Amino acid sequence: MKVVVCVKQIPDPADPGALDPGTKTLRRDVKLILDESDSYGVEMALQLVDTAGEGSVHLVSMVPNDEVSGLRTALAMGADSATLVSDEVLAGSDALGTARVLAAAIERAEPDLVLAATESSDGYTGVVPAQVAELLALPSVTFAKEIAIDGGTATVRRQTEAGADLVECPLPAVVSVTAGVVEPRYPSFRGIMQAKNKPVDNLKVADLGIAAEQVGWAGAGQEITDIADAPERAAGEVVVDEGDAHERIVAFLDDLKVI
Amino acid sequence: MALDKIWVYCEAGPEGVATITLEMLAKAREVAGTVEVFCGTDGAVCAAELGDHGATAVYSTGDLGGRMQGVSVASAVAAALSSGSVAAPDAFLLGTTYDGRDVAARLSVKLDASVLSNVVDLRLDGDRLVGVEPVFGGTLNVTSRFTDGGPDIWLVRPKSFEPSAVGGPPAAVVDLPVPELGAAGAAVVLDRFTEESEGPKLDEAAIVVSGGRGLGSAEAYSMIEQLAKELGAAPGASRAIVDAGWVPYSYQVGQTGKVVKPTVYIACGISGATQHLVGMKGSKNIIAINKDSEAPIFAVADLGIVGDVHKVVPKLTEALEGR
Repeated sequence: MKVVVCVKQIPDPADPGALDPGTKTLRRDVKLILDESDSYGVEMALQLVDTAGEGSVHLVSMVPNDEVSGLRTALAMGADSATLVSDEVLAGSDALGTARVLAAAIERAEPDLVLAATESSDGYTGVVPAQVAELLALPSVTFAKEIAIDGGTATVRRQTEAGADLVECPLPAVVSVTAGVVEPRYPSFRGIMQAKNKPVDNLKVADLGIAAEQVGWAGAGQEITDIADAPERAAGEVVVDEGDAHERIVAFLDDLKVI
Repeated sequence: MALDKIWVYCEAGPEGVATITLEMLAKAREVAGTVEVFCGTDGAVCAAELGDHGATAVYSTGDLGGRMQGVSVASAVAAALSSGSVAAPDAFLLGTTYDGRDVAARLSVKLDASVLSNVVDLRLDGDRLVGVEPVFGGTLNVTSRFTDGGPDIWLVRPKSFEPSAVGGPPAAVVDLPVPELGAAGAAVVLDRFTEESEGPKLDEAAIVVSGGRGLGSAEAYSMIEQLAKELGAAPGASRAIVDAGWVPYSYQVGQTGKVVKPTVYIACGISGATQHLVGMKGSKNIIAINKDSEAPIFAVADLGIVGDVHKVVPKLTEALEGR
């Protein structure tokens, strides 16, 4: 069983983000790390291959510079190999442009199962996994909480507004997984050392048969027209608890007539 | 100058049309001459309520049975547009929901049209729509528009607009047949489960009590549930403890979770990462309890308590008992 996991390298969410004044988009010329949301897909893939007793986990990622450190984190967790589409023409891609590149790279890997996060932590459009599925004419199940593979069929428990749906889906298929459903392993020292020698296939957009004007700024069907400070919310009173702060809260709720 | 026509994706459950659909209908009426609805359910059931909220037609696939909303509805819409049986709307509005995202994603590929996600406001700029998306924890508002000739596909965050009924006649029900889906349509729902939760739903509750990493352990989340029960509130969570597996994703408040705007939001042991703030800073009143006086949550709190949640929350619950 070959599982492809889509992973994204993003600016560390713990650092304050900044917008590029020229392009008005998130600055990505900082150190990039593995999006934590993607660590669940990587862990899920490793567990599924483990359960199947055979198979491999291949990563697919794209980036407008030559960053690999986030990819190495996922390889150190145990993924076997990676395709990295690294090309400056990718800068400014919208979700559809992103999906086109990922779909082309995924197709070359001929996977049985494609996993992704439900959304990235920086752009959070939440549409790329299903776009990839549509481009590849594959079924998709988004917001998976559990996945079981039996032969050529995936059984997925999918989050819904009401609770969950149990979905049966023939492979190959695209499944996006919600955070927190598995516990991502920490890369071991051995894993980190091995990751340095794992195969990473470096590609340009042209290698995928995609024209440069279909991706990046040129291919994006949207533009930012304005950026403005949001109205600030005024901070209120701050009280240090001396053992009676709960009374202060009760009084606050009383004033609002909600209790 | 308004748009000619907007199509709103309708979601519905046993209690009727989803609130997000009614919210989008209210905004669509403001910016377009004609507002119609498309859905992957039996449109006849919803026609009266949709008409009451200003939709003149509902394009309905009928009950999909076990087929998935995303691929079925997007394929049906694309087939209707390409056959010429229906004129393309200027814009599609869909909720940033589980199914709304699927429909928008599949539709964008079929129509080769870009998608803009997470908009919290839409307005006319000349004869076109622009959308506003909050970034960096809601400190900046980014306004965007489409440049690809459309139709526009907007994914709208719940709670962005107020529903308003206009008392229109029932929407005309129009058949929207689902074409042969091939391999892409091979996923089927075998069973549906409803999570029985006591008390109000997270995105509808007047009071929300959320817990974060400051609780220290999954077991400590029970004190959030107890306080929520005492207040008739919905329990929520920060991304950190959802990622840690302490509570399910459906509890998550924030950028990658639910947007809530209750009368009172009580943040317990939540530091206030930008990820979280964007999901709750629209609350009318915010109470924060955190032991770190420098925590960013205090910058948005109307009442901030610098203290240990393990002490303050149980005392608060006890004080509220019997009231």
